[in-house]
Amino acid sequence: MLLPPELSVSLRVERPMLPVQPCTPPRAPFCFSPSRLRFHRQHEFFEDGDIHRHLYLQDILTNVTEVTERSKVSEFCCHIVGCCQVFDTLEGYEHHYNTLHRNMCSFCKRSFPSVHLLDTHILEWHDSLFQIMAEKQKMYQCLVEGCAEKFKSSKDRKDHLVKVHLYPSDFRFDKPKKAKSSTKHSKPPSKLDMSMPMDVNVETYEQSQVDSMEICPSESMENPTQPVSGPISSLQEKKLYKSRIPSTICFGQGASRGFKSMKKKV
Amino acid sequence: MPAAWRSCGPADGSRSQVQARQNRRAQAWGTGLGPAGANRAGRGGGALRKARRQQQLVSKRLLREDSLVNGDGQAGVEIASEPLSEQEILQLLRDVQRGTEERKKLLSRLRQGLQHKECQQKFVRLEGSMRVLIGLFTSSLANVQMEAARCLHELSHSSDPSVAEACLPATSYLLTYLSGHSVEFTELCLYTLGNLAVESDAVRKQLLPQGIIPALTSCIQSPHMAVLEGLGYVLSQLLQAREAPTKIIPLVLDSVLPQHMLRLVSSNLELGMGVAVEFAWCLHYIVCSHVNNALLISQGIVSTLVLLLLELASMISKAATEGLELLICPVLRCLSNLLAEDETEVCKVQIQDERLLVALFLFMQYFLQQHPFLVQECLWLLNNLTADEPIFCSAVLTLDLLPALLQLLSCSRMVTLLALTVLCNIAEKGPAYCHQLHQKAVLPSLLSTLALSDAQVVGQSLELLHLLFLQLPEAVDDFLRQAGLQALEQHQDNPQLQERVRALSETYLQPAAASLISCADASAAVLTSS
Repeated sequence: MLLPPELSVSLRVERPMLPVQPCTPPRAPFCFSPSRLRFHRQHEFFEDGDIHRHLYLQDILTNVTEVTERSKVSEFCCHIVGCCQVFDTLEGYEHHYNTLHRNMCSFCKRSFPSVHLLDTHILEWHDSLFQIMAEKQKMYQCLVEGCAEKFKSSKDRKDHLVKVHLYPSDFRFDKPKKAKSSTKHSKPPSKLDMSMPMDVNVETYEQSQVDSMEICPSESMENPTQPVSGPISSLQEKKLYKSRIPSTICFGQGASRGFKSMKKKV
Repeated sequence: MPAAWRSCGPADGSRSQVQARQNRRAQAWGTGLGPAGANRAGRGGGALRKARRQQQLVSKRLLREDSLVNGDGQAGVEIASEPLSEQEILQLLRDVQRGTEERKKLLSRLRQGLQHKECQQKFVRLEGSMRVLIGLFTSSLANVQMEAARCLHELSHSSDPSVAEACLPATSYLLTYLSGHSVEFTELCLYTLGNLAVESDAVRKQLLPQGIIPALTSCIQSPHMAVLEGLGYVLSQLLQAREAPTKIIPLVLDSVLPQHMLRLVSSNLELGMGVAVEFAWCLHYIVCSHVNNALLISQGIVSTLVLLLLELASMISKAATEGLELLICPVLRCLSNLLAEDETEVCKVQIQDERLLVALFLFMQYFLQQHPFLVQECLWLLNNLTADEPIFCSAVLTLDLLPALLQLLSCSRMVTLLALTVLCNIAEKGPAYCHQLHQKAVLPSLLSTLALSDAQVVGQSLELLHLLFLQLPEAVDDFLRQAGLQALEQHQDNPQLQERVRALSETYLQPAAASLISCADASAAVLTSS
């Protein structure tokens, strides 16, 4: 295209605007009148550009940002006391740290996926004033960020989560605080062992209590006295710990302790 | 653009991986794409156009590793994966539950299998499989969780809608994890959500009450580019939905997201434009839905976008930047539509920065060969700028941009039409403008457009002629001398054009021709008599 050279220079030169003559309306059969055009979202005008955008998303076109690759570093250990996981990538370590250590309750050592859930947990579990106030007013806050509803009980909150926010009724991060007396063996037999703990965790523990809003413990057991030790102990990753830490002691992650958890199943 | 898994450590610079990725992409162009792949620089294929017209253009993004990441630390080549049988899937899931082998490896195997559509379908049909996968996805074992997340991501990318819908139970967790801190994991969750959101009404109907807007609002404060780009992607998919103008855009406008979008659309351009691209498209989807553009205008969208275009224009002259058109396109659209906002609802948007004019011409020059679609988008903005702002009309002439504009008259139909409209805008401003147009050789170009067969293009040419003839008598004579009458006459039987052809002939050309002839007679008489 024939663009004049030194356009940026020309811009700075003072150029008086050409005089305007007031426009008269068009005379038939001519109909032109200057107007600003407006196109709505589905207009045909956007077709080519939209297809270009589509192809970009489908990863056909060249990347606009740099591709940086993962780098491996020499093996190192998580520095949190008692956690002996080993890593060879920084991302792996970052993710582990964020999953297990970042939002950890300092009272009971449970881990949460977010600060918001951690704060709610601390308030509801470790704040004695909360329990007192909860008797008189609605204190249980909805878990969905942006929803300001409060409820009298954990159950009411769960009902709200399910009904209004369409959360699953077995939402992992909202288990009731009280012990569960029954387990899930009413399901028809399926090809997969549904009674097996859904959650996969690092440590063995005998405690089968499921606590609210936390990540770690296993689902309720069929037989309360049966320890979960079997399948998990065969985990290869566990070998690192097993040799170092007696299975009865658990640091920094799980809910159970070497000594029986105070929150016993009734 | 999503990269391969990003490193937060020192960049390894393993070129082989980058090359493998590029080779894979080049291959995709040649093979499975069909007409869409054949025309990279120009139009998309017929299938894509049809899909867009039916509002079925479903764009999904896939983050996928190029090499198998195992404990060996070797950057391997992509391992050709075979689809898994139903029995194999079942066995994998059982083994994962029992932990008979290293879970991460098992899930990797599953993930590779899930790259295949039949395998995806088998997986979701197996009773309990999703439940197990979600259980692993919410595990406290970070690497298991990550691998499960990748499986979920593969499922979200499926071209089978029922597969994507099977991921519905995972959405509450995907949203919960958006407030986490692991960049890679969060990125993955975002793209998974985006893929699900674009696929299915059912998913969106669930995501909104589950609080996706508040979740995105907190996530948008992340400093990580990968997360922001993913977030932009999710948002763009939501904003594109059919029900967006009524159900989604109002919620977004009610939140603080627009302010963040405006901030992010012009940020970090040198580091990588992926983030800006996503939010530019988000803004376009909002603006072109005309829900509440007054709000965006009050937040300074016009000046933000004008400054952005100026900056992009300066980047063009410095170095070739790939993918610039992906950012420029939606920004142009926003500005054009904002300029055309209904004046009863919002006070008229005025732009008067002449540098914008130069930027537009620079874009058109730069993209004319590679991405011609952008030329028409630039001209649309140019039309809206010149329609009632004489400052721009004058600048086109005084900055000597007319030759470039006239060159566009030999391009595609839409480009020619828009260029003619801009010329009409200029001519309408007054005789001084017509004079300049005439001086700078607009007539020869018009004669070329008159030779075209498209009635709308010819019609617009006639309108321009009318404006010129009305205000500049000498243009009439010149037109005649250049065989203009004959050029017009070829259209005199076209019902769309004949009235205007006749009007021009009778009002201007025939009288002028007559006086020319009588002048010639008079001169001849003088000559012969002397």
